Amino acid sequence: MARIECPECHYVIETTGIVTVCPECKADMTKAMEEAGRVERRVRGSIAKDDSVTTHEFIVRTKGLKKIYRMGEVEVPALRGVDLDIRRGEYLSIMGPSGSGKSTLFNMVGGLDKPSEGTCFIEEVDMAQLDAFELAWLRCRKIGYIFQSFNLIPVMTALENVTLPMIFAGMSTDEMMERGRMLLELVGLGGRLHHKPFELSGGQQQRVAVARALANSPAIILADEPTGNLDLQTGKEIIDLLKELNAESGVTIISATHDLKMIDASDRIVHIRDGEIERIELRSELDLQIGHLAGAEGG
Amino acid sequence: MIDAKRLAKAATATAVEGVHIQRQITLPWKDAARISIRNVTLRLGRAAITGAGVVLGIAFLMSVWTGKVVTEGLEREQAKSAFSITQVGEGETAPGLEEMKQEKQSRAARQAWLVVMSLLVCGVGITNSMLMSVTERFREIGTMKCLGALDSFIVRLFLIESVVLGFLGSVVGALLGHVIMLIVFMIREGASVAAKMNWLHMGEYFVLAIGLGCVLAFVAAVAPAVRAAQMPPAAALATEV
Ligand SMILES: Nc1ncnc2c1ncn2[C@@H]1O[C@H](COP(=O)(O)OP(=O)(O)OP(=O)(O)O)[C@@H](O)[C@H]1O
Ligand SMILES: [Mg+2]
Repeated sequence: MARIECPECHYVIETTGIVTVCPECKADMTKAMEEAGRVERRVRGSIAKDDSVTTHEFIVRTKGLKKIYRMGEVEVPALRGVDLDIRRGEYLSIMGPSGSGKSTLFNMVGGLDKPSEGTCFIEEVDMAQLDAFELAWLRCRKIGYIFQSFNLIPVMTALENVTLPMIFAGMSTDEMMERGRMLLELVGLGGRLHHKPFELSGGQQQRVAVARALANSPAIILADEPTGNLDLQTGKEIIDLLKELNAESGVTIISATHDLKMIDASDRIVHIRDGEIERIELRSELDLQIGHLAGAEGG
Repeated sequence: MIDAKRLAKAATATAVEGVHIQRQITLPWKDAARISIRNVTLRLGRAAITGAGVVLGIAFLMSVWTGKVVTEGLEREQAKSAFSITQVGEGETAPGLEEMKQEKQSRAARQAWLVVMSLLVCGVGITNSMLMSVTERFREIGTMKCLGALDSFIVRLFLIESVVLGFLGSVVGALLGHVIMLIVFMIREGASVAAKMNWLHMGEYFVLAIGLGCVLAFVAAVAPAVRAAQMPPAAALATEV
């Protein structure tokens, strides 16, 4: 967290990200931002327990999360009370049969839908208490979404898709283009910047989606069956990419999946069935089972 | 190929820091305009349907107004010559004028009715077309909201798009209606009608017609755009198209 003062009007902005223009007087903030980068590091070194840089152990917590869909007279309970604590930097997989409520849970955690009952906390902030602006800010800056069907904007090029969240975040055009280009290069699509989604293969589209999810350096990546529409090899590439991101940058990854390959990458696996948590497995406990599975396949 | 290590570094900036919820979210007008115009040029089929509604409505409106300006011009000529003839027998002019006045009034009422009808048809057409256009893009709307778009951004994008289409459609429609009506009158009354009409007046009607087309397109898009923007992202994403 940095406190940056506008050089023109002395308006103070508190931000964890990048602000290029002053929200008050529209003055250029790039210089002040660079300086603040230095200031921030010094602050963190000296005052470790500063309130503004406190990090909570659990990045996401849900308490008694319920979701009931009403279809006319019939009530369909999709979630029946889910309590789940997700640690910062964790790679969590949510597994379960079709219709068990994975996507529903994902929507609640991602602030894409409101629960019928119960609460969902992000960094100990109750999401139900956030107004539309705060919720939009959260979706824009703190959560990156990856979907089974990619969900790229069809009329925009790969680069435009990746830079769209940066527009919302208020980044300057030059900065945006540079970062968008870099992200696409890093996912191996440096030669496809100006291609439209329909001109790309499924795996390439999903890599654009990963780059887009990383646009504003999120703290959480929510992936709903990211490999569902991909073949085995491409799916593995995406999983490896997510795993490496998780290991290297400490971004928390929450992924709903049917895919057994995901097990290998995840720290914990939450099994849900009929809208309830059936059991939670740790990877360490699982190694044995996977070995067993591999052995069975081999034989 | 994929460079996950550097990618991770690029994404690290805030990943480990705490979430400190703020509310600053932007969509500058220039970006909004760019995205909207992109939607018009790349979805030509849909744009043509919406535009056609405006073209027809405004063409009709403009044909009515062109007719009005032309007949006014012709009447002025007639009145001039009639005045020079009846100058001697003053007593007889009164009933003739009275008749003309009445006819003028009923014609004005008829024209007003036609104008209202054409605008109504035009408005319903655009609303319907925008409704379809919005429905087709539920998924996209949901995606944009996931990326941090406020409801107002979505509304803004659709309104710009609709007004752009309204403007283009009404320019084409106004020219079309005007030219067709003028040709009809030229065939009926001779080419001299163009010289007799008040072009300044005609120009005012042009501006008015184009303005009305834009306003109409704007108003017609408000309801569908607001409705779509207010959907929770999860519901918008779940729609199958
Ligand atoms: N919008 C909705 N309206 C009504 N019922 C819904 C809706 N969305 C989900 N459901 C129901 O809620 C339950 C859970 O659905 P959900 O999509 O969360 O399952 P899932 O675990 O993601 O399944 P899959 O693996 O097939 O994606 C299902 O029974 C489904 O029919
Ligand atoms: Mg699902």
